[in-house]
Amino acid sequence: MTWAVIVGILSSGIRLATPYLYAAVGETIGQVSGVLNLGVDGVMLMGAYVAFFVALRTGSLSLGLIAGAGIGAMFGLIMAFISVTLKAEQGISGIGLYLFGLGLSTFLFGVTIKNVQTIDGFPDLAIPALSRIPVIGEIFFQHNILVYVAFALVPIAWFVLNKTPFGLKVRAVGQNPEAADSLGVNVSRVRYLTVTLGGMLSGIAGASLSIALLNTFQQNLTNGMGFIAVALVYFGGWRVSGVLLGSLLFSTVNAVQLWLQVKGVTIPSDFLLMMPYIVTILVLAAMANRRVNAPAALNKRFERGES
Amino acid sequence: MNKVLSGFVLVALIVSSIAIIGMATPFKVAFVTPSTINDSAWSQSMYDALMTIQNEMGEGNFQFVYSENMFVISDAAAAIRDYASQGYDLVIAHGSQYGGSLVDIAPDFPNTAFAWGSTANTFSDQGITNIFSYQPYSEQGGYVNGVLAAKLSESGIMGVIGPIETGDAKRYTEGFEQGVMATNPNAKVSVTWTGSYSDVSLAAETARTMIKSGADVLTGTSQMVIGAIGVAKKEGAIWFGYDVDQAPLAPKIVVSSVIVDWTVALRPMIDAIQSGTMGGTVYDLTLANGGLKIAVNAEGLVGKTIEGIINGDIKVGE
Repeated sequence: MTWAVIVGILSSGIRLATPYLYAAVGETIGQVSGVLNLGVDGVMLMGAYVAFFVALRTGSLSLGLIAGAGIGAMFGLIMAFISVTLKAEQGISGIGLYLFGLGLSTFLFGVTIKNVQTIDGFPDLAIPALSRIPVIGEIFFQHNILVYVAFALVPIAWFVLNKTPFGLKVRAVGQNPEAADSLGVNVSRVRYLTVTLGGMLSGIAGASLSIALLNTFQQNLTNGMGFIAVALVYFGGWRVSGVLLGSLLFSTVNAVQLWLQVKGVTIPSDFLLMMPYIVTILVLAAMANRRVNAPAALNKRFERGES
Repeated sequence: MNKVLSGFVLVALIVSSIAIIGMATPFKVAFVTPSTINDSAWSQSMYDALMTIQNEMGEGNFQFVYSENMFVISDAAAAIRDYASQGYDLVIAHGSQYGGSLVDIAPDFPNTAFAWGSTANTFSDQGITNIFSYQPYSEQGGYVNGVLAAKLSESGIMGVIGPIETGDAKRYTEGFEQGVMATNPNAKVSVTWTGSYSDVSLAAETARTMIKSGADVLTGTSQMVIGAIGVAKKEGAIWFGYDVDQAPLAPKIVVSSVIVDWTVALRPMIDAIQSGTMGGTVYDLTLANGGLKIAVNAEGLVGKTIEGIINGDIKVGE
């Protein structure tokens, strides 16, 4: 184990964590307000496709990013309409949203782009001065812009959820919507906002893959990442700090197994591939006794004046 | 009255059967594949081959349909059975994961021929007579890429990104390693199996990891490698392709691609079926019979050489 390998592993871990962070932070905001959206993967795929398509056709990565965020917000809005206004069962409608996003992105890719193509995505952006620090600089400060934004999002989301009146409303709506309603909080409006915001972040998660990290699009590009993001919300105990920890843990262990294989360590590759999942399960088991405050109203429909 | 009616029906039957015999019926193929037909890899190579044959024989004589994204084997099995019962002449189950399903289905449809690969197993040892198989000798193409890779690598470190250590991917990787070692015995080839055919993100991060560990030449198999090609393009590493010509993805860095030309297996297979043989033959795809081809990307190789002479990395005539 040389320094170069450790630096390589940690900087790989940070890059791999980026899409999970956007998607899982977005999902956390939605779940804290009481809405479970299992369609994250489908929304990520739409975000990835639209961002790639727009960037490919206009040559502008920023326009691509905006379009990816926009389609994500639109899908969030659809989810909000189904689960808040129509009061449909959240788990099932989320799966429906996933299949819709998977199918639509595959179909649109087939008719508009047709063959796999690559673009030049967001370049790496070394932060002046900070990137010069030995070891630390190389691990943290030589990534593309979307990686930095993902990590900046964590304290912002924490602050908004825990220190602002809006965050208080979100949490109230997720814990006890009847009480919040009786105090004059518009439960539906809050949930519309959180689920749309969550969708937007999922869209950006997809865009971070297609125009910053992988710079390509193909059918089912996310390969189930959205479901891991939902799991990370539970792993993180509905706290953004926990989500950050979970994303980094999962991604770093994944990076470790990649480096071990590249370095030719003689452990069967099948075993190495299991590592991220085994470590995650072990950590979950070790933390099984801690108090987890799941939003009390999660996955429950809210009927005004029912109770 | 009844006699008149039955006579009329008889005449009608005779006329219609003459009409059917007189009409040229096209050769109908159904193709079931795990990924999409535009995956720039495994599925696309077979789709392209079927298109080529359709252009050769004409749409009146050859028609094909396909079911893509048949990653779930039970879905694929349902599709295969469906096509067989619709009377297709040949059903191609394009994946080594479909063998078990074919053993179940093929005996029920003796008038349909089936084909699958990559494998040398036609199940004739189990008494099944209507299954063909095909197998590319991927190691031959891998060897050629390996020799070129060892010549072009400056660091002597090369990386191979594979999905699962089996079938085509394994044979290609072993051939590549052999080609490298025959050319530069001091070279180092690091091989990483990602455990997935479709995890583009993991393939990309593997490529980054390899480049950071000093690799300047990369190659790999399956549809996930587009992520790795994207990284190689960004970092300026050289890429060697497999399945289809991958040069269009990154014209400046792809030096050569091993192309599998399935028409070499399909043409004799169709001839055999039309003359009544429904299975039992293994079709090899090799450099010798043209089933494997090496597509050299002039822009990549020539471009690299010219660039090398201009900036002084390559010394000529000194």
